[in-house]
Amino acid sequence: MSIEYMGLTEINGPLVVLSGVKNAAYEEIVEIKVGGRVRTGQIVTIHGETVVVQVFENTSDMSLTNTVTRMTGRPMMLPLSKEILGRTFDGSGRPIDGLGDIFPDTYEDINGRPINPIAREYPRNFIQTGISAIDGLFTLIRGQKLPIFSGNGLPQDALAVQIVRQAKIMGEKEEPFAVVFAAMGVKNDVADFFRRSFEESGVLDRVVMFLNLSNDPVAERILTPRAALTAAEYLAYTHNMHILVILTDMTAYCEALREISSSKGEIPSRKGFPGYLYSDLASLYERAGMINTSSGSVTQIPILSMPNDDITHPIPDLTGYITEGQIVLGRALDLRGIYPPIDVLPSLSRLMKDGIGEGFTREDHPDLSSQLFAAYANVEQVRSLASVIGEDELSDLDKQYLAFGKAFEQQFIGQGKDENRSITQTLDLGWQLLSMLPREELDRVDPKLLEKYYRPANEPA
Amino acid sequence: MEQVRGTIDGINGPVVYVTGSKEFGMLQMVHVGREGLIGEVIGVQADSTIVQVYESTTGLTPGEEVVSTGMPMSATLGPGILGNIFDGIERPLRVLEAKSGAFLDRGQNTHAIDSARKWDVTVTAKVGDTVKPGDIIATVPETSLITHRVMVPDGVAGRVETAVPDGQYTVEEPLLSVRADNGTVHTVTMQSKWPIRTMRPVARRMPISRPLVTGQRVIDSLLPIAKGGTAAVPGGFGTGKTMTQHQLAKWCDADIIIYIGCGERGNEMTQVLEDFQKLVDPKSGKPLMDRTVLIANTSNMPVAAREASIYTGITLAEYYRDMGYHVAIMADSTSRWAEALREISGRLEEMPAEEGFPAYLASRLSGFYERAGYVKNRNGSEGSVSIIGAVSPQGGDFSEPVTQNTKRFVRCFWALDKELAYARHYPAINWLTSYSEYMDDLAEWYEENVSPQFLKTRAFIASLLQQESDLSEIVKLIGSDVLHDEQKLVLEVARVIRLGFLQQNAYHKSDTYVPLDKQYQMMEVIEHLYQAVREIVALSIPIGQVKDTGIFDEIIKMKYEVGNDELEKLGGYMERIDSLCAQIKADNRD
Repeated sequence: MSIEYMGLTEINGPLVVLSGVKNAAYEEIVEIKVGGRVRTGQIVTIHGETVVVQVFENTSDMSLTNTVTRMTGRPMMLPLSKEILGRTFDGSGRPIDGLGDIFPDTYEDINGRPINPIAREYPRNFIQTGISAIDGLFTLIRGQKLPIFSGNGLPQDALAVQIVRQAKIMGEKEEPFAVVFAAMGVKNDVADFFRRSFEESGVLDRVVMFLNLSNDPVAERILTPRAALTAAEYLAYTHNMHILVILTDMTAYCEALREISSSKGEIPSRKGFPGYLYSDLASLYERAGMINTSSGSVTQIPILSMPNDDITHPIPDLTGYITEGQIVLGRALDLRGIYPPIDVLPSLSRLMKDGIGEGFTREDHPDLSSQLFAAYANVEQVRSLASVIGEDELSDLDKQYLAFGKAFEQQFIGQGKDENRSITQTLDLGWQLLSMLPREELDRVDPKLLEKYYRPANEPA
Repeated sequence: MEQVRGTIDGINGPVVYVTGSKEFGMLQMVHVGREGLIGEVIGVQADSTIVQVYESTTGLTPGEEVVSTGMPMSATLGPGILGNIFDGIERPLRVLEAKSGAFLDRGQNTHAIDSARKWDVTVTAKVGDTVKPGDIIATVPETSLITHRVMVPDGVAGRVETAVPDGQYTVEEPLLSVRADNGTVHTVTMQSKWPIRTMRPVARRMPISRPLVTGQRVIDSLLPIAKGGTAAVPGGFGTGKTMTQHQLAKWCDADIIIYIGCGERGNEMTQVLEDFQKLVDPKSGKPLMDRTVLIANTSNMPVAAREASIYTGITLAEYYRDMGYHVAIMADSTSRWAEALREISGRLEEMPAEEGFPAYLASRLSGFYERAGYVKNRNGSEGSVSIIGAVSPQGGDFSEPVTQNTKRFVRCFWALDKELAYARHYPAINWLTSYSEYMDDLAEWYEENVSPQFLKTRAFIASLLQQESDLSEIVKLIGSDVLHDEQKLVLEVARVIRLGFLQQNAYHKSDTYVPLDKQYQMMEVIEHLYQAVREIVALSIPIGQVKDTGIFDEIIKMKYEVGNDELEKLGGYMERIDSLCAQIKADNRD
């Protein structure tokens, strides 16, 4: 029988200190009984016989004398079986949908283990999202981690739901597909919106939800994405399924990390976030991918809100350094009523280059997307010039660019919330827009492709 | 010798406090706990010893044993390193995969190099020879590209008493026995060890005189790096640091590439592995992986090993340099290494300096970059280590401590620009804010090996880009229509330089690598274009007439039209410019 320890030496926010503990293992899980309730915590520091425990539920009602603590001798394990599909769990992986406990096939450590880089399979399979801006310009690849950088009040949730609903892997037979949804510190309404949307699109029985809402304990937020990713890895690598993981909102997660770090008295780095924020985020994001011993995959779409729309804030900044690109939502486009308001220039998909073009999408895709970027970048320059000298003073070419920019935003970026465009439609639309510009401006495109696809309005096809 | 043993007293992340012995020496390698996790002594206090552990410390318990190896953290050196992929402390990832599957387990102690494999050894040392450390005593064909030269390890010198005949040996079998002057006999094998934090000795440093040719126009022609030089590639995320590093690793003319993926993405390492196995070396037609070593500590692998990965990499580089090879190190990214320092420093509760980084950040950076150089080895051969370090400044802000301190110790600064990257102008090296201090050192080489006119033509290109930047201030305010034709010509030709010369397509078969001759001749064509059109403008003929002929766009596309083996075609562009200009002049005379 394991030893139980009576009482505590100190309580500080989510952290409690115990003395006289023998044989505590680093990062093991402890159970703390207060009254009749059991709360869980994790050992975060050991010094001699003194240990610091981070409590995942709140520490209210705890006193230095009323607790009984038991060491479990193991790290946090998540019970798993295929039954988790369609179920809803709280932030630390306990069922909250009233359907009872699951009968586990296995238990997995929620911290996961790093994938050996040579066991990785390099992601190349194009996922069609039906959204032109994404498919055409920053293609999502199976096994990729592609975050959405959003701001308060922007439709990031609608976009995520649209991606889930429309995502389709091209050119292959139906393969088992499921969604793992993790909510960290989001509002009840947002969680509800996702649940309703999954229900409406008939995917609810293929969704696993982990919910830590904004009024749930902060420390539990640290566990939520780890539990979700453990479930995703289990489904992907044990059951060979393709898993799309949505993590929202990463900003709330990072803030929880900061809160705990500061109560531990750690030395802060930028904006008070702990120095290990990068390593910590990486330990989540790097759990996307494919491995050579399984046909399944884990694709991640983390959503984060940029505080004050600032992309250089540590959270989006460090995320961008780890993830394979980013989709940035812009307020200016949103104000003009364009949905999805994807800010094209700072957005990027690092894996698209190997998943598009001949044999994947269409041979003109790489040149076309490069040219659309270059042309749209030029539109921005012309606009800033126009704001100084006025539109009338612009050269004819500059005016053509302005017209192109407007059409590009409205027709290519903008589309309906239910509009599902095939990749061919997207690419053809891209050419239609490029044909508004004179041929000699299209310096990113191979002349042979120009011959085939460039059809200016005043020239017969 | 009795082993030093202690017990774990405290644990905080990768930092472990050990009590029970005062005998632990600084920077010694230790085994921690029941699983024998690898660690290093980083501090000794009155009551405890501080150890950083290179693996996850989850599950360690106070009271577990810590045993010193009595040696500093060392890299194992010998044939079998090339073509391999290691973690930050030189454990081969392929062996780890065979042992623990797709996910990394901890406590896996493996040999860095395969000790069972037999190599074809040609012994060059003879009985009776006098040898000293660094001398080459045998050769081994390590890969299709590289011959491994076995050297006498440090601490061994004297007369060769016995030597094995040529044949097949493992790295642990003795090749020579050497009797020192004091009578002790040493056996020499192919395998040796070297402490990773100590620079391997050389006979002397030599002046920088040869470029590291990369095939990238903006680098070779405008901002060259020398063999034995150092360069930093800073850039925010998405500006193409990794892409630039990959291009250099693929195409630069070093003999050996050490690619350190330090705290970066797992998929990127997979990509390098896949690409380099498929890609062939343009000179020999052999797979590039045969000249490459990968060191991978991806961002989710233990942070302390990230700190060590940089030193493991440079030690391997120096080892091959000592054999007389030119080695280039790509470190992607040194910021992650600095952050690992910061993380460990924070756990030790050291007093932080700027932005939480420890005060010794600058000295660690300089210690690393100073291990680069072009040297005369102790065995008389020449070799070099060049370092190209990516820097990932937070928020793309170059004033942060890692960028600023790196800038002090490198002589080549390739600043990646967000605006250029947004416009998909790659490589996104900003030609105005970047610099290279090597041009003067290399001038002689360029004049001899490319063209005596090279520097003049390069200066022309650079000055035109400078003029464009000045003019663009005006254009931004009042538009380009008010400029007179001479200025418009500058803008047009600068555009040709930007799009047709500086911008380079890594995915185009003849544009991904461009030899120096072609680079030079392309610059010549552009200079000729400028001079020819300027004559026309001087005759007060509107520049619009020249633009209408489409010659500017034609020149922009020459990078795709002219293959790397058909340089004579570039002459055709000169003629085309001449005939067009003659035509325009004639038309305007009528």
